[in-house]
Amino acid sequence: MSDLLTVSGLRKRFGEFTAINGVELTLPAGRLTAIIGPNGAGKTTLINLATGALTPDTGTIRFKGEAITHLATHDRVRKGLSRSFQIMNIFTRLTVLENVLLPVLARRGRTRVPFSRLEGEGEAVAEGERILREIGLQEHRDAPAGALSHGDQRLLELGIAVAPEPELCFLDEPSSGLTPVERATVLELVRRLARERQTTFVIVEHDMDVVFSLADWIVVMNRGQVLAEGTASQIRENRQVREVYLGEEVLA
Amino acid sequence: MPRRLAALLMVLVLVLFALPWLAGRYPLYLAMRILILSVFSLGFNLLFGYTGLLSFGQAGFYAVGAYGCAKILLAVPNLFLGLLGGVLAAGIAALLLGILSVRHTRIYIKMLTLAFGMMIFSIALKWRDFTGGDDGLVGIPRAPLEIPGLVSLSLATMERYYYVVLVVALLAIGAMYRLVRSPLGLTLQAIRDSESRAEFAGVPVQRYRLVSFTIAGLYAGVAGALLAPLEATITPPEAHWSTSAEPVLATLLGGAHIFGGPIVGAFLFFMIKDVIVRFTQYWLIWLGAIVVALVLGFRGGVASILFGRLLARRAARVR
Repeated sequence: MSDLLTVSGLRKRFGEFTAINGVELTLPAGRLTAIIGPNGAGKTTLINLATGALTPDTGTIRFKGEAITHLATHDRVRKGLSRSFQIMNIFTRLTVLENVLLPVLARRGRTRVPFSRLEGEGEAVAEGERILREIGLQEHRDAPAGALSHGDQRLLELGIAVAPEPELCFLDEPSSGLTPVERATVLELVRRLARERQTTFVIVEHDMDVVFSLADWIVVMNRGQVLAEGTASQIRENRQVREVYLGEEVLA
Repeated sequence: MPRRLAALLMVLVLVLFALPWLAGRYPLYLAMRILILSVFSLGFNLLFGYTGLLSFGQAGFYAVGAYGCAKILLAVPNLFLGLLGGVLAAGIAALLLGILSVRHTRIYIKMLTLAFGMMIFSIALKWRDFTGGDDGLVGIPRAPLEIPGLVSLSLATMERYYYVVLVVALLAIGAMYRLVRSPLGLTLQAIRDSESRAEFAGVPVQRYRLVSFTIAGLYAGVAGALLAPLEATITPPEAHWSTSAEPVLATLLGGAHIFGGPIVGAFLFFMIKDVIVRFTQYWLIWLGAIVVALVLGFRGGVASILFGRLLARRAARVR
C-alpha cells in the first residue's frame, strides 16, 4: 500500500493547552482507519491540521509525498483531500442537488462562470444527480437542504464530502445525533463508498461497536498523542489502551 | 420565472418606456431616482443577500462613481466617457478596499466599509480644489452620448436622459439576474450558507468574496455615475453614511431573499419618502419605524408578501 498522508512531529497549542503534542502518523491508501480517543484527545484538531483549517506550530504534513503543511484548504481539496464536519455543515438554503453540485463545479473549474445558466452545466448536473442516487437522496433533489431530516442531512454531508472525488476523506463523527437505524444507514453508505469509489476514509467515531466492525485499522489518541495503533484485535489486546481509555468492561 | 410574473414584468417595462408620454416631469424624475436606487440596491444585495456580507459604506463607491463621472463631463462633454470613467473608478476603489477587507467578516467588515465611506466623505469635503468642497461640483452637463462610429445622441431634454437611465438600469438588472442564476451565483450563495463548507468543497472563498465586493462596487458606481448628470450638482452628502443606508433600507423593505426585492424596495423608499415628507421633515424616522416593523413582522420584505404566492418558494433553478 502506498502512503497517502504522512504526518510527522506535529504540534499545535491553543494558549496554555497543547491540543496536538508530537503526532507521528501514516495513512496508507485503501485502508479504512478509525481514530478513537476520549474527548479532548485531539482527534478533530488533527483533522483540522491535515485539511488546512488550522496551521500547526511545528511539524510537517505530506500528501502523496508532497509537503502541504502551509497549503490553503481549497488547494488541498483539489489535490484530493476532503472532509465532513462533526457539527452539521451543509448549504441549508440551497437545494439538495445544488449542495453536491457546488463541489462538482469547483473540481471542474466552473464556479467562476458568471452569466451562463446553471441548467447549461449538463455534465456537472448529471454527475450531481449520480451522487444523489449514490446517497439515496434523488427524491429530494429540489428540496431546500435545510428542510431535510437530520439523518438525510448527514447523508447529504457525505455526498458533499465525496463530490470532489477525494482520495482521502476524513469523516468527523458522521453518525452523531442519529437513531440506531439512521446510524446503520450512514455507516453502510461509508462502507459502500469506500468500495465503489476507491476512497480512503478516516473516520472519527465514538461508538466502539461501529469502530470495531467498520475499520481495518484503529488509531487511539490520548492527550494530543498517538497512544497505539493496530488492527481491531491488536487494540483489544493492548493493555495501555484498556487502562487509559477503553476501560476493561467495554472489551470484556 | 412563472408566466404570470413574466407577463406582469413585460407590462411594467412597456409602461416604463411609455412613461414620458404618460407622466409629467416630476414623476419622470422620481422614476429615474427609483431606477438609480434599484441598481445601487441590487449591487448591495449581491453582497448582503447572496454572499452574506454586510457593507455600510456603499455610498463611498456611489460617490466615487458620481464624482468621477462629473469630473469627466466637466472636462470632456461625452456621457459615454463620463459613465464609463465613473464606473471604472468605483470598481477600482471597490477592488482595492475589497483586498483589504474581505478576509474579515461580521462586525469588522461593517466597520471597515463604514470607515471607508466616511473617508470618501471627508475627501469630498476637504479636497476643495478637486471636489469643490462643501459646494460640490456644479453645472455638470447632460452631455451628448457619443461612441465614435456607433451613436451620437443629444440628451438636452429630460426625456432623452430618462431613456439613458432606463436602458442602463434594465441592462444592469438583466445582467444581475443572469449572474445570480449562474454557477458563480450559486458559489456566492453557498459561501453565504457556509463559508467553511464552501472552502472544503474546493472554493477559494476569499477570492469569490472579492469578486462579489467588486461587482457591488461597480453597481454602486453605475448608480452614482447616472446620478451626476441628472442632478447637475454633486455634493459630499452623496458619500455620507446616511446615503449608504439607502440601499440597506430599500433591500430590507423589499426583501433580501427575492431577486426583485431591492427594486420593489427602491420604489417603496421613494413613495414613502414622498408621502411622509409632506407632513414632516423627519421622514427618515418614520421610514425607519416602517422598516423595523417590516423586519420584525415579515422577514421576507414586501416583495415576498406581494409575490410570495406567485413564486411559491423559489423554484428550483436546475431542471
